[in-house]
Amino acid sequence: MTALLEQWAARVRAAAADRTPLRLRGGGSKDFYGEPPAGGTLAVLDTRAHAGIVAYEPTELVVTARCGTPLAELEAVLAERGQTLPFEPPHFGPGATVGGCVAAGLSGPRRAQAGALRDFVLGARLLDGRGELLAFGGQVMKNVAGYDVPRLLAGSLGTLGLIVEVSLKVLPFAVATRTLRFDMPQTQALATLNAWGGQPLPVSASAWSDGVLHVRLEGAAAAVDAATRKLGGETLAGQAAAAFWQSLREQTHPFFGGDAAIPLWRLSLPSVTPPLDLPGTPLIEWGGAQRWLRGGDATTVRAAAARAGGHATLFRGDARGNGVFQPLAPPLAQIHRRLKAAFDPHGVFNPGRMYPEF
Amino acid sequence: MTMDSTAAGPRFDVDRSLLVARLRAVLPPDSLLAEEEDLRPYECDGLTAYRQLPLLVALPASEAEAQAVLRVCHELKAPVVPRGAATGLSGGAMPHRDGVVVSLARLKKILRIDPLSRTAVVQPGVRNLAVSEAAAPHGLYYAPDPSSQIACTIGGNVAENSGGVHCLKYGLTVHNVLRVRGLTVAGEIVEFGGAALDAPGLDLLALMNGSEGMLALITEVTVRLTPKPELAQVVLASFDDVTKAGNAVASIIAAGIIPAGLEMMDKKATHAVEPYVNAGYDMNAEAILLCESDGTPEEVAEEIGRMRAVLEESGAAEIRVSQSEAERLKFWAGRKAAFPAVGRITPDYLCMDGTIPRKNLARMLIAIAEMEGRYGLRCANVFHAGDGNLHPLIMYDANQPGQLEQATAFGAEILELSVALGGTITGEHGVGIEKIVQMCAQFTPQELDAFHRLKQAFDPDARLNPGKAIPTAARCREYRQTRGGFPDTPAADAPRF
Ligand SMILES: Cc1cc2nc3c(=O)[nH]c(=O)nc-3n(C[C@H](O)[C@H](O)[C@H](O)COP(=O)(O)OP(=O)(O)OC[C@H]3O[C@@H](n4cnc5c(N)ncnc54)[C@H](O)[C@@H]3O)c2cc1C
Repeated sequence: MTALLEQWAARVRAAAADRTPLRLRGGGSKDFYGEPPAGGTLAVLDTRAHAGIVAYEPTELVVTARCGTPLAELEAVLAERGQTLPFEPPHFGPGATVGGCVAAGLSGPRRAQAGALRDFVLGARLLDGRGELLAFGGQVMKNVAGYDVPRLLAGSLGTLGLIVEVSLKVLPFAVATRTLRFDMPQTQALATLNAWGGQPLPVSASAWSDGVLHVRLEGAAAAVDAATRKLGGETLAGQAAAAFWQSLREQTHPFFGGDAAIPLWRLSLPSVTPPLDLPGTPLIEWGGAQRWLRGGDATTVRAAAARAGGHATLFRGDARGNGVFQPLAPPLAQIHRRLKAAFDPHGVFNPGRMYPEF
Repeated sequence: MTMDSTAAGPRFDVDRSLLVARLRAVLPPDSLLAEEEDLRPYECDGLTAYRQLPLLVALPASEAEAQAVLRVCHELKAPVVPRGAATGLSGGAMPHRDGVVVSLARLKKILRIDPLSRTAVVQPGVRNLAVSEAAAPHGLYYAPDPSSQIACTIGGNVAENSGGVHCLKYGLTVHNVLRVRGLTVAGEIVEFGGAALDAPGLDLLALMNGSEGMLALITEVTVRLTPKPELAQVVLASFDDVTKAGNAVASIIAAGIIPAGLEMMDKKATHAVEPYVNAGYDMNAEAILLCESDGTPEEVAEEIGRMRAVLEESGAAEIRVSQSEAERLKFWAGRKAAFPAVGRITPDYLCMDGTIPRKNLARMLIAIAEMEGRYGLRCANVFHAGDGNLHPLIMYDANQPGQLEQATAFGAEILELSVALGGTITGEHGVGIEKIVQMCAQFTPQELDAFHRLKQAFDPDARLNPGKAIPTAARCREYRQTRGGFPDTPAADAPRF
């Protein structure tokens, strides 16, 4: 263990002994996400001191980085070798770190086609609630030795422990990309996206809002050209297209702007769900599987999402006691509580960040 | 002869006659097996060297029956071992002598194929290939394609997080499953994941994949279906040297190509396969590579061109590109039949499953060749080279005294070398009973404790598939003492992953 990790481990043990929980924090770019910390202001464990890329071999398609590594730095190093994190994680600010990115578990526009962040997590080192440093998974593509703790940590919001280091699968950038634009009402856009999804087309992202559907194609030049001929639409200039997808990934698109007091709901639904009977027009991504909504009350939005077979997250805004995440069925809630106790028996890490009861 | 399997987990004090009476009350007459001759076929899975008769076998035909069985077992504190098609190669479905094997073979309905949302909802006993066959009329298929796909079940695939020859591009089971419904050991219904792309809370769905039947009994699975590519073509390249072939694999990835499949076979493997399936492999080659491209015809032509260039530069002695779907399937038939083909030329074989960084493929092959001499046994090598996943097939004759022990020691050395080379002891076949001891080489006692605690969150009394996958601390102490080499707590900063 490095001196810093020794120090962190000692801090965790002390926190466990005194029952003084810690708030894990990288660059703070996702402070807005999840429940506010339970029990008021907590001591912050700043993860940024443990930074740097530990190993990167482009031919192995794997990168290993410490938790405090700036996400932007990691992406720049990959880009130099023509590679990328295919799930396009949102940064939500210049300070985003790799550890925070994995703990938040969020994925960007390419998610429906390439997979989510969790699909690219190969290994992790974790400082658990006993102050022990544990390694799970590894740096190879396939590994079924032991339970898949690394993927469990993706999106765990720091509730199970401090993710000290992660290994991620990376992929080469697509050779060619093109963005097509179509004027289309919501119902037709949903039907179209699902129909295209069932065909071997190189669609790598989609977004519908305000009567306009954007579709991004990525792949071999020949495949992108063939798909363009097949789908039609209007081609966006390269730079404008890149800026558009970036604005969705980072939520700088006007849909996400305006009055910050209006809640932003994220609905995760079966892609074929018809337009929901909720006030306001959504912004739709992931081929219909992710829908953003401004405003709406928790009970109505949650009920609509659940009826459709999905769930709703209060992504930004004040939960006012309604919970940020959709409540869990009792048997699942019980497993969650027990898992929390398994990794963090004294409740040291981010208490209440995911669900108030742990 | 068979291995001593008495080490397979703790004993349970179960009242057999009471258990039989209670299970008879909740199951139709033909759904409970209790006579030794009926139990015999269930004594092992694909790892035939380890055998154990179960106390009973239950064959529920619905989730409700499975639930009733689990509730009775829970009440009477009997261990439960889930079983699919028993093609598993690590002994994961090997029975427990005090327990009930719950076979999911009768839960084999495809409940729904939805072409628009590209999903299928299936019962756990549905065979892997049956899903793709049912989806085919819609131009869709289920991407993970283990070579055992005609027989193995979706429940088993989830439990092992199975891969196939196309998972470099299309992912493993974990990447293609949206939802798992199951029963806890107490018989409570739980759902992990859902009909959407993600679910609230911790990612328990990820945890279910590869959980080896130790966290829940799977009763229903929603899988993602993938559009069938317009065209697929495979390049068959021969090499006169295994090192060149190994390096060619790394060069293909370095060139920014992600092949739909990238497989390698050494000379012993091709020589076993060729007389069996006539795949047309080069019999003079020291190693062959199968490198597949799929997509639109234009895309495939472009990619095959790039693959060919890299393979030529890597020193391929001969390169052939499949010219028809029939020829493509023929080239693949050899690879897919590799295990049974080797099974024909040797009385018995052990299939290893380590994964290593691709750059070490050639090094591993050379080391295995050296081990063959030392153990006096032959080993054919079949690799999911694109993923760095190795399947050395160690040939032995169980009727020759000492050979199984030699083969086991040979395998253990390969697994330990996999860990030392920066890899893992199992890429897709699971730990089961077979590699449980090598877990001690890959994980510290603290990490193994964490696994045990994780299991307790689902199964507090450790009655679901007990004694598998995660060794006890005592077992590892013993292992370390006899091996000598493994420190109790490896330096945490060593690249030990
Ligand atoms: C010739 C051959 C080729 C193979 N090729 C491949 C390959 O290419 N890739 C690969 O990954 N594997 C391969 N395998 C291994 C094996 O086929 C896979 O592990 C497969 O997924 C096992 O499925 P099964 O239905 O036979 O499961 P079983 O062997 O019956 O069980 C495997 C494990 O899953 C658990 N289990 C089964 N059903 C359930 C359920 N419903 N709920 C909870 N737990 C359950 C069992 O307890 C056990 O631990 C091969 C095997 C053979 C014999």
